[in-house]
Amino acid sequence: MRTAPTPVLGRVVVVGAGMVAHRLVAGLLDRAPADGWHVTVVGDEPWAPYDRVHLSELLTAGRTPEDLALEPTVWDDPRTTLLTGDAVEKLDRDAQTVTTRSGVVLPYDQLVLATGSWAWTPRTEGTELPGVFRYRTMADLQAMQTWVAERSEALGRPLRGAVVGGGVLGLEAAAALQHLGASATVVEFADHLMNVQLDAGGGEALRVLVGDLGIDVRTSTGCTGLAPAADGAVATMRLSSDDEIPADVVVFSTGVRPRDRLARESGLAIGERGGVVVGATCRTSDAAIWAIGECASFENECTGLVAPGNAMADVVVDRLLGGPRLYTPAPEGTKLKGVGIDAASFGDVFGLTPGALEVTFTDPVARTYRKLVVSDDARTLLGGVFVGDAALYPQLRPMLGRPLGADPSAFLAPEGGAHDTGADLPDDVVVCSCTNVTAGTVREAVTEHGCTTVGEVKACTKAGTVCGSCVPVVTKIMNAQLEASGIAVSRAMCEHFAMPRAELYALVAASELRTFSEIVAAHGTGRGCAVCKPVVASILSSLRAGHVLERDHAGLQDTNDHVMANLQKDGTYSVIPRVPGGEITPEKLVVLGQVAADFGLYTRITGAQRIGMFGARIDQLPAIWQRLIDAGFESGQAYGKSLRAVKSCVGSAWCRFGVRDSVGMGILLENRYRGLRTPHKFKVGVSGCARECAEARGKDVGVIATAGGWNVYVGGNGGANPRHADLLAEDLDDDGLVAVIDRFLALYVRRGDRLQRTAPFVAEYPGGIEALRAVLVDDTEGIVAELEAEIAAHVDDYRDEWAAALEDPDKLDRFTAFVNAPGEHDPDLRYTPQRGQVRPAEPGEVGHHDPRVARLLPLTEVTR
Amino acid sequence: MTTTDLRTDVCALDALVPERGAAALVDGVQVALFRLDDGSVLAVQNRDPFAGANVVARGIVGTVGDAPTVTSPMHKQVWDLRTGECLDTGGKTPKDASADLATWAVEVRAGRVLVSAR
Repeated sequence: MRTAPTPVLGRVVVVGAGMVAHRLVAGLLDRAPADGWHVTVVGDEPWAPYDRVHLSELLTAGRTPEDLALEPTVWDDPRTTLLTGDAVEKLDRDAQTVTTRSGVVLPYDQLVLATGSWAWTPRTEGTELPGVFRYRTMADLQAMQTWVAERSEALGRPLRGAVVGGGVLGLEAAAALQHLGASATVVEFADHLMNVQLDAGGGEALRVLVGDLGIDVRTSTGCTGLAPAADGAVATMRLSSDDEIPADVVVFSTGVRPRDRLARESGLAIGERGGVVVGATCRTSDAAIWAIGECASFENECTGLVAPGNAMADVVVDRLLGGPRLYTPAPEGTKLKGVGIDAASFGDVFGLTPGALEVTFTDPVARTYRKLVVSDDARTLLGGVFVGDAALYPQLRPMLGRPLGADPSAFLAPEGGAHDTGADLPDDVVVCSCTNVTAGTVREAVTEHGCTTVGEVKACTKAGTVCGSCVPVVTKIMNAQLEASGIAVSRAMCEHFAMPRAELYALVAASELRTFSEIVAAHGTGRGCAVCKPVVASILSSLRAGHVLERDHAGLQDTNDHVMANLQKDGTYSVIPRVPGGEITPEKLVVLGQVAADFGLYTRITGAQRIGMFGARIDQLPAIWQRLIDAGFESGQAYGKSLRAVKSCVGSAWCRFGVRDSVGMGILLENRYRGLRTPHKFKVGVSGCARECAEARGKDVGVIATAGGWNVYVGGNGGANPRHADLLAEDLDDDGLVAVIDRFLALYVRRGDRLQRTAPFVAEYPGGIEALRAVLVDDTEGIVAELEAEIAAHVDDYRDEWAAALEDPDKLDRFTAFVNAPGEHDPDLRYTPQRGQVRPAEPGEVGHHDPRVARLLPLTEVTR
Repeated sequence: MTTTDLRTDVCALDALVPERGAAALVDGVQVALFRLDDGSVLAVQNRDPFAGANVVARGIVGTVGDAPTVTSPMHKQVWDLRTGECLDTGGKTPKDASADLATWAVEVRAGRVLVSAR
């Protein structure tokens, strides 16, 4: 063994170009001296380092390989070299060189092994058949995607897929198969899903939720072999239960093994279970060679997560620069992503600590399972399991090993979480485990670096930039620190108004001011902006100060409200007429199809039971709407911060199970609240029975029929942070239901913040749902009559916005593409065919300016 | 004031709504015109350099400090209408070479809006 080298960087070679290699290079660029060193990264994949954590989004969220690339500018630095599509074949420790497959010889002063792991597959008959995949790399996912497309075309039917392995990645793979149009069966050898991360109770709760997605789950079952169809491609899977299941596409997600071949062949010490042995300095048995991430074996364990790999990269950067940093494994936590189900755990999931107590809360109705593991005195948090609702995970995970500060059951009760963690976390607690950032670092971002917004804190510390689950906690810490530093946490909407929306609403409502100029003169400064103008427009609309298209208000409207359509990526708009309750006559359906065909519009059913027509030019909107209005349609407000739609199920009219007329109630509610301007858009759902086919509890206002009447829930949906609605009142008759919803919406209009959805409005309402119930049901503030009157006035005042516009020639002036060329339209619009319809063409694609022609063009060769 | 011969007569001032944009074709180029509260008219390119779509005229007009601004209706980037300078990129990289907007000289004379050829 050599003696430890002095900390001179020199030539650094990194073998492997994954996430931790990228972290290492970014760390060097950040911390190393300006010159006198060079880092070369060699990776065998054809891509620059990319975000493997979000790999599934290639298939499920329409992301491209470019979207997943990690900060590519590090490769623009003259001190960095990235070799992709080449692998290191040989390591000569005496000569201090590595040689790649293509024959490149790279001398090094410091070598970092970051070769990661490979997807292990059990030795089972048939794993080499066409149609069998791993789920590990960009290439794996692309090959699987191509296979599903081509094979289903060849077979002329959707594929039946099977995933071996019910861990986090296996469930992601199953969800991805569904996204690609295949069915999915998950086969798991253990007795429950995610058996490494979840206890049996959590696993069972997860099985129910996964089953709801239409994914078949078989636990305590192994795959014993795969058999081909006549043409040689995989067709069936044999199970240890002796069953056979159809399998046109098979994904193995059965664990990973460290990639340590290079280290083995060059004689470095290898762990008992594989992996390059490293100590807390991340140095291998050769002092000039380091190992980080999934190929490194620390205390006989190889990690399978990115957070410890990043921590190791940070250690090596520090050591290369002569620093003292040591690697200490942080407690790991795991959260299921990309499947649409919350499942997360951390710490001592199985309660193995001597004397550990487990506090469990199971809600079979809400389908949630929550467990905290605490020390024998019930004071110290040792672990947690959350399935169905993981809102507590980012709050509690940083508290691991620390006093809980409250009775554990207080966190788990349905209305719990009263004890708000975050602001008072100790400095050394890691709040962002992906980037290993502590609460103290977030505070320093405020005190040392002058950050005053979450965006600045993210840029400064990198906290919250990987999976994002810690952003709420980071925000709380930042706000508390700002206040402690004497910096007022700004409540200002923008530079023109120093108060939040609710205060401005109260000021305007109490005054006679009804134009923006008057309001900004009285309560603000300057001439407004894209933040405050739409807020004032919304407030004026709620106070019935005139049609959204009145000339006085025209300058306030976002383009969507201005032309009563939703702006799309190429500058065209969507046309979405109202279909109240989702009920539509055959005659009206024919009209929609005919209008779309005549104007060459792309059509699809929207997520809210309406029919959307996309690609309408601004100059076409009046003609399209004239035909729709003639056929009895009205504006669907698909553009406004207002009611979008009321989703309903079939209900008692046709359904065998329906106990009440959910369609009728859906239509009633939709017609009542159409056009109501609110702080953010909102949706309503009405289910005719407890089976909840309208998914009403996922809506801002959810109504569920029971034998005793209607139950009403509020504050669901939540957008990027999904949330189930809370029960506000139950067993209501029709009038009682409408009254409660009226009051809730009117209060939301009055007190909601700018762009605040009902979910945070309810969650953050002082006193929570109990306080809301007191105000809205028990009338403790004595305002319910006012609130109901406000909605009644809205209902009386409602006029269809498009009908009003078409009757007013002045308003039609705005629907021209060019003020000096009324007959012309945007010459840059081009469309390309896709699945028999059109979408905006990208540069270089086959296209035509007329969508009716474009849909008939031969399909482009560009695969996307 | 330079010669007005090179200026294109685009429209009547009254055709423009105060504090709201309108697109115009000037020698085949798409220009976004903005009539401000004080009666002045400013012109910038209509193509949003971040979105690559011709939508700048449909943005919301406002102010940042003293600067009159427009905010893209697509992804909310903000430009100074006088200089075309991008004041807020929203952390995004433009598709075009520059994040700034090209500007045109505008003159309002006898109730008509005249835009310079470029």
